[in-house]
Amino acid sequence: MASAMLSLASACPSASLSAHENLKVKLKPGSASLSFNKEKSNLFINTKSSGRISMVAVVNASRFEGVTMAPPDPILGVSEAFKADTHESKLNLGVGAYRTEELQPYVLNVVKKAENLMVERGENKEYLPIEGLAAFNKVTAELLFGADNPVIKQQRVATVQGLSGTGSLRLAAALIERYFPGAKVLISSPTWGNHKNIFNDARVPWSEYRYYDPKTVGLDFEGMLADIKAAPEGSFVLLHGCAHNPTGIDPTPEQWEKIADVIQEKNHIAFFDVAYQGFASGSLDGDAASVRLFAARGMEILVAQSYSKNLGLYAERIGAINVVCSSADAAARVKSQLKRLARPMYSNPPIHGARIVANVVGDPSLFNEWKAEMEMMAGRIKNVRQKLYDYLSAKDKSGKDWSFILKQIGMFSFTGLNKTQTENMTNKWRVYMTKDGRISLAGLSLAKCEYLADAIVDSFHNVS
Amino acid sequence: MRPQFTPPDAHSIASPSSPFSASDRRLNALARHLVDASPAMDSQNPNYTVSASPTSGFHADSVFAHVVRAPEDPILGVTVAYNKDPSPVKLNLGVGAYRTEEGKPLVLNVVRRAEQQIVNDRARVKEYLPIVGLADFNKLSAKLILGADSPAIQENRVTTVECLSGTGSLRVGGEFLARHYHQRTIYIPQPTWGNHPKVFTMAGLSVKTYRYYDPATRGLNFQGLLEDLGSAPSGAIVLLHACAHNPTGVDPTVQQWEQIRQLMRSKALLPFFDSAYQGFASGSLDADAQSVRMFVADGGECLVAQSYAKNMGLYGERVGALSIVCKTADVASRVESQVKLVIRPMYSNPPIHGASIVATILKDRDMYNEWTIELKAMADRIISMRHQLFDALRAKGTPGDWSHIIKQIGMFTFTGLNSEQVAFMTREYHIYMTSDGRISMAGLSTRTIPHLTDAIHAAVTGVV
Repeated sequence: MASAMLSLASACPSASLSAHENLKVKLKPGSASLSFNKEKSNLFINTKSSGRISMVAVVNASRFEGVTMAPPDPILGVSEAFKADTHESKLNLGVGAYRTEELQPYVLNVVKKAENLMVERGENKEYLPIEGLAAFNKVTAELLFGADNPVIKQQRVATVQGLSGTGSLRLAAALIERYFPGAKVLISSPTWGNHKNIFNDARVPWSEYRYYDPKTVGLDFEGMLADIKAAPEGSFVLLHGCAHNPTGIDPTPEQWEKIADVIQEKNHIAFFDVAYQGFASGSLDGDAASVRLFAARGMEILVAQSYSKNLGLYAERIGAINVVCSSADAAARVKSQLKRLARPMYSNPPIHGARIVANVVGDPSLFNEWKAEMEMMAGRIKNVRQKLYDYLSAKDKSGKDWSFILKQIGMFSFTGLNKTQTENMTNKWRVYMTKDGRISLAGLSLAKCEYLADAIVDSFHNVS
Repeated sequence: MRPQFTPPDAHSIASPSSPFSASDRRLNALARHLVDASPAMDSQNPNYTVSASPTSGFHADSVFAHVVRAPEDPILGVTVAYNKDPSPVKLNLGVGAYRTEEGKPLVLNVVRRAEQQIVNDRARVKEYLPIVGLADFNKLSAKLILGADSPAIQENRVTTVECLSGTGSLRVGGEFLARHYHQRTIYIPQPTWGNHPKVFTMAGLSVKTYRYYDPATRGLNFQGLLEDLGSAPSGAIVLLHACAHNPTGVDPTVQQWEQIRQLMRSKALLPFFDSAYQGFASGSLDADAQSVRMFVADGGECLVAQSYAKNMGLYGERVGALSIVCKTADVASRVESQVKLVIRPMYSNPPIHGASIVATILKDRDMYNEWTIELKAMADRIISMRHQLFDALRAKGTPGDWSHIIKQIGMFTFTGLNSEQVAFMTREYHIYMTSDGRISMAGLSTRTIPHLTDAIHAAVTGVV
């Protein structure tokens, strides 16, 4: 296991005075290879060394000499590589951050308005409660479930402000580890690259369920159901509420019903990651349909939310973990335990993003303005999909069906390009994307669609 | 379909800190009757138990039935209790948040200025920060704590990453050490901030204590400290409060720090500084950083967690930094890459707002000067409260030596009151403080000192 290797490495702090050998050890395929230093002699461990020698050892050797260089993050590292590239034609389709047609970052008008209001009001900067801003928690649960939803009226939802999607997922993972020890989380194959890291660090075991079918470039629904059914009873099933990342392929409403059936049958617990509510279709309610379907069945579910994309609040780190329980009492207890997990992680969450969301969602005119801006963003992505599809169909003489670009939903498209082809995209065409073949359409402009189509056609047909 | 109940086999576990109560045993018996017997159901199995909150009864229909209600956080819970109290004379001396003479939270003028500038800046965007946070902020924070001319900075041997205030910096540093450092024990002073043991335990370290506070003198148990650090295993991590020890306010003298440093270096003990009050303790940023700089000056390695919660009044923005001072630039860069692997699955990247405020202030000479003046004013007001309380207790003839009130440093005074006396003061005088007798001087004013004096007097003379 990787962690065992790391601990072995750090158990042998180097003394730079002695010669050491470098050993490269490959673990399982796909994992990072590690190198660690094997010492011939080690002045630290020899407790009989005289005071003078250990003083010299203290001065000369780092306690962290054995620490190896970690590889760059597969997603965030793409942007770093893009920044370093000096070619004019470069295109960043890596991280899912929305860009305007001019390929500029976009701060929503409602966000600017909310911030101005906040500064005018001159609010204080006192610590939030561990569970976060009460006004934010209220509106975020209402946004997700609908203000009239019985789960809200019956106070059955434990909502805790979290550090965007990642932080909310991590709190939930910590809850699972503590209260459902040994329970597995089932994650889709493929899924967002950071999901596995989150569960690994939280020490929650995971396994994959089939999801993406490369043959149809669509959903392997039978495989998905079979794998969820085969999992041990009481597993957690991680589902993307809408706009699956990285594939953009979502189940249909009928398929969601069947997924819910299987989950109930096996006493599994649905765990939704909702990072694109409003962004996928342009409709906040529409994009919450899957979550609401499960809640309507009386199922207990976990839902992580993020406002990074739909409110463009990426760097403010604002999201929430919601746990729908069968009783208000259970929700209160669960909330208290989520707090207990947050306190030793960061004590209490940051206020700024929470206030922005509370102000936008809580004010009817700002809320309507937000909906319009979101429709605009989702609309631009749909237009770009169409244009890319048109160019691909025109330029690709092989007759390959590119219509999956139009069927996929949300910010991303799973192109079906493999690792080598992706490298060609980057090395030859300066198109930066993640190695799994995912492109962020939010980073594509109409003006660049033709260039991208050329790159994709070339990579697909001329590189294997 | 009904909400499902997950039988308490592998999933049930008592809340780690709650003992087996009579109701637990009753519920265990109940549960045994409800589910099939299996080896895991053996009541002798320490992993098998079912607990429910005292108020809930037993909910057979929730997968969270076994989740008990956690008690309120001991420190933050004081404010929760305070808020519930309707008394007009109530006084919150619990959490360490600065209050003005009028008892109001304070946002520094320079912070408002910086924030206005940020919000008005049309070029500002909310794109994801890098995993390590805002680069300017990191550089400036390192300079602030280590000194602008620090050789360690000039030699590129310091990695600084933006984290979520002090808590986040401690947690990330602790996780890094648990994975990459050969000694997984951290020694924390007795007593220390209530959240320290939880942070380090959750990070994966084992926590031991060293003697620190001497109740007899209400000062430092220096002999005990030296003995305990002297008998710690070589290489162990040692948590040091850089200044204004929380909760006691008792700091080593410069000469004592030097002795501590020599002892620690001779045993290769790794210093991990918690710097939450730089500038707040004495009013001087440089003086309050002296302990840290002393260690860095000897060329050795250390970790430093910085918080801007108090000294810039940015509590709720969650701004802080973790600096790891390494032997070489190469080690520092490898260490940084591994710290990123800790952060990414926790919250991906840190929040931008608070860090932007800090960077704006630190890089502008006028704002920086304005800050130092406002900071000194806060520190001076606290020192004035110390003297006023001391004088008032003396004037009243309250039994005991209260000089520790003016000898102790920083936001808190360790009064020496026991938990019964504290409970008495809360009940009879509506004074809220932590049960260890710690009061936040920042929560006092000239107007409220008489009330506190009366309460202490009554507690000391009436309650044993």
